[in-house]
Amino acid sequence: MSADRQTETVKEGADADATVNDIAFKIATVNGTGSASANGLLMKAIFRMGIPVSGKNLFPSNIQGLPTWYEIRVNGRGHTARTPDFDLMVAMNPATYAQDVVEVRSGGWLLHDSSWPLPRELHRDDVTVLGVPLAEMCNARFEGARTRILLKNIAYAGVLAALLEMDLKVIDQLLEETYGKKKKLLDANFEAVRMGHDWAREHLECPLPTSLEPMGETDGCILVDGNTAAALGCVYAGATVAGWYPITPSTSLIDAFKGFCDELRTDADGRNNVAIIQAEDELAAAGMVIGANWVGARGFTATSGPGISLMSEFIGLAYYAEIPGVFFNIQRTGPSTGMPTRTQQGDLMMCAYASHGDTKHICLYPSDPAESFDFAVRAFDLAERYQTPVFVVQDLDIGMNDWVVPEFAWDDAYRPDRGKVLTAQELEELDAYHRYLDKDGDGVAARTVPGVHPKGAFFTRGSGHDRYGRYTEDAAAYQDVMERLLDKVDGAVSVLPSPEIVGEENGATYGMITIGGCRGAVLEARERLRERGVAVDVLRVRGFPFPDDVEAFIRRHTRTFVVEQNRDAQLLGMLLLETDVHREHLASIRQYGGMPLSAGEVVNGVADWLKEWHGSDAPDVRGASTARTHRREA
Amino acid sequence: MSYITKPRVHHPALPTNSLGLTRRDYEGSMSTLCAGCGHDSITAAIIEAAWELELEPHMVAKLSGIGCSSKTPTYFLGKAHGFNSVHGRMPAIATGASAANRGLTYLGVSGDGDSLSIGIGQLCHAIRRNVNMLYVLENNGVYGLTKGQFSASADLGSTAKKGEVNRSEPIDPVLLALTLGCGFVARSFSGDKAQLIPLIKAGLAHDGFALIDVISPCVAFNDHQGSTKSYKYTRDHLEEAVAADFILPMAEITTSYEAGQGRTVEMHDGTRVRFRKVPEGYDPTDRDHAYAYLRDRAHVAEVPTGLLYIDTEDRAMHSVLGTVQTPLVDVGWDELCPGEDALAGIMERWR
Ligand SMILES: Cc1ncc(C[n+]2csc(CCOP(=O)(O)OP(=O)(O)O)c2C)c(N)n1
Ligand code: SF4
Ligand SMILES: [Mg+2]
Repeated sequence: MSADRQTETVKEGADADATVNDIAFKIATVNGTGSASANGLLMKAIFRMGIPVSGKNLFPSNIQGLPTWYEIRVNGRGHTARTPDFDLMVAMNPATYAQDVVEVRSGGWLLHDSSWPLPRELHRDDVTVLGVPLAEMCNARFEGARTRILLKNIAYAGVLAALLEMDLKVIDQLLEETYGKKKKLLDANFEAVRMGHDWAREHLECPLPTSLEPMGETDGCILVDGNTAAALGCVYAGATVAGWYPITPSTSLIDAFKGFCDELRTDADGRNNVAIIQAEDELAAAGMVIGANWVGARGFTATSGPGISLMSEFIGLAYYAEIPGVFFNIQRTGPSTGMPTRTQQGDLMMCAYASHGDTKHICLYPSDPAESFDFAVRAFDLAERYQTPVFVVQDLDIGMNDWVVPEFAWDDAYRPDRGKVLTAQELEELDAYHRYLDKDGDGVAARTVPGVHPKGAFFTRGSGHDRYGRYTEDAAAYQDVMERLLDKVDGAVSVLPSPEIVGEENGATYGMITIGGCRGAVLEARERLRERGVAVDVLRVRGFPFPDDVEAFIRRHTRTFVVEQNRDAQLLGMLLLETDVHREHLASIRQYGGMPLSAGEVVNGVADWLKEWHGSDAPDVRGASTARTHRREA
Repeated sequence: MSYITKPRVHHPALPTNSLGLTRRDYEGSMSTLCAGCGHDSITAAIIEAAWELELEPHMVAKLSGIGCSSKTPTYFLGKAHGFNSVHGRMPAIATGASAANRGLTYLGVSGDGDSLSIGIGQLCHAIRRNVNMLYVLENNGVYGLTKGQFSASADLGSTAKKGEVNRSEPIDPVLLALTLGCGFVARSFSGDKAQLIPLIKAGLAHDGFALIDVISPCVAFNDHQGSTKSYKYTRDHLEEAVAADFILPMAEITTSYEAGQGRTVEMHDGTRVRFRKVPEGYDPTDRDHAYAYLRDRAHVAEVPTGLLYIDTEDRAMHSVLGTVQTPLVDVGWDELCPGEDALAGIMERWR
């Protein structure tokens, strides 16, 4: 069994190595050859078999021609974080054979297109090579270069169906749903699946000892990516203006929003109840969001780190002039262009304190697409309630990959929380209106929107103002407003999503704090550490500013590991800035090279720290994984 | 969201418009600009134009960037909502605001630094997107607020106060706007109210982006011999080529224009702009011709003013976006939120 994972149910009567519903496989192809549909087909088929599954699309920043990989992890116990040890490699790209062979776990399999022989020197004694002449078969069976290439992908899906004992009826059904109206294409796809499947049955030992069996674990679940989920959240939140500029990995959020709006936001005459504007750059996109919110609409943008950098000046204005706005930052690997198609959590600090001067922003950190949907809606409520920019800080891994999550819930009684916006009636009854006067003592002053009532007119600007909204350069009057702004944003803690805590009944010695898409790997690591005698309580922050629970959690534990995906331990740094805990209570575990986190990496990080603290007395928790993490010296 | 102001009792000497508002109701707070600054004259023209147009002040959104010019929205329409944003970025704010609430009248004020250097991209794209707004560019050839550095509109060879000579070609906002397909391009001079007021009125009524480049001398840093944007230079070299009279659809002013002397262009909303003093053969609806004329005048160091180009075809942002007539801020919740049943349907795709 792979070092990074736990052995699952042993099939009765089968040999001791046989496992069911615990497999990780990786498909190596070439970008732009249509492998995405075959990979999606496999994912969905496994999902429909009721087995927890995840897919990680590791694609290059390229449109066509470079190597691309797709990793699928199936796990009956629901552990679907990435794992770097693969039982089966589907090596369809001769250009990456050498690299792909290395990644197969000892005792695993390598499936390749034997139309191009696997060089002798690449064979490994501990890996079974399965050759299938896919290209040859496709060339013989189908016409046209494009068709042959596309159907070769479907054919390897057929081979996998045979090797893993997947239900062909499920695959047929899926193909019918996709190509139902295009009879010729559908038939060709059926044929390609059968071709691969039958060839494997005839020439290979099927199924592999590691195979699949239907379960009911995905009932009540959906398979969706976080950008689509967030886009739908924006629709349900009633967003009417989106200003944006294309940047991977956020573009698919806007694309999805457009798609939903075409369907759900056009009136009987075909006119749109939404304005989606592709801006000339992210500066303009941010300005559009602020302009739309200033007149009372729910406006948002979606971008990635470099875009937030460009938006920073405007974010300062919105913070100080107290204008709502929702900013989705789908984080990619920075700095600069970095690795734009790889995941990271490198913008935690930037979003929390974006812009010049003293600023501090409400942030939400979804851990999966279900939270992406939920937090998108909440972000608009928070932005309006606190009249401030709100960031949804989402990992690329969540935004762009498909996740199995519980169905989204919606309550038709929901109405947007518009916060304190004075109506014409209220303004009529008012003697005088002062934009920044905190009458209720909660740090939030009532705002007005243009066009409602003459008494509501106000000259919004970024210059120094006193508590009444009058221009000032007076030190005390300026500080008075700045203090209120801090209280206001800190006050949002009471309605932010509270941290998720998974822990021992009586509390463990060690704590572990994490964020976003690290959740799965951390919870899996927690189980593994527990089995190896080290109990750890886990807390996942879901919003910023942090509630008191976070500091209390750290204080409850002798040491708290902070697991995150960036070089500089940004989450740890924020914990130090925002709480009174001491540095020596926190131990950083980081992996930030662009890959989603794996449980093995977390376990290794813990093992390193335990060794540092306890030397040779440290319990042995480490698995023999290839995973590399970086500790930060205390 | 219209709100009709209740009639108020005013000093009988102050004339009122049909809303019962006097010119004073269109004023703002006291200007803090230098005495004699051209920008103040433009402010006065805006006040007059808004009063004459009988705009409800609170239905106007006045926006600006940063600079002395961008400060001026404080000094007019004190009862309108205003937004003094960040340097060079007012067009984006206006775009988002206009997208969300098409029911307001948008009036942007900017400077040559704000519009032609840091904000030139946003200006270009607001023109290209055809945001429904009047954009007044108060052009003094310098950065006033930061104390007299050359701006991108400073003329070749003009000298700064300290004697430094500008060696870079200027960017002419009028030529720029024409090139970008702007549907309303005008130029005027801050000291020429008779010309400026009707242009502002026409620009506000234009459905789409209207640019008025107003030469507006900076008395502190750019009103000396050698500056082509000084009062003296401008007065001597102005060429009023095409002046416009603005006519409201319901209250048509019937002052006589002799046939053959003028030309009337009907605008999208039914209002009309009438040109006069049109030079021989000048066609304000012919972009190429406007271009050639401007080039031609430039050779003899003349600055043509007036309404230089107009196109009344309906290509404004909302018609391109295909948005509903109702301002998006007023669209009902039922139209915006698809609800629980629709969600169940959508999720079926993800199984
Ligand atoms: C990001 C940024 N950079 C620089 C400045 C400083 N600044 C303020 S006004 C200004 C120039 C304004 O020139 P112009 O738009 O021509 O206005 P004028 O004062 O001449 O009317 C500059 C550079 C600023 N406010 N913001
Ligand atoms: S510095 Fe120039 S532009 Fe600024 S207020 Fe004075 S005269 Fe006007
Ligand atoms: Mg200037």
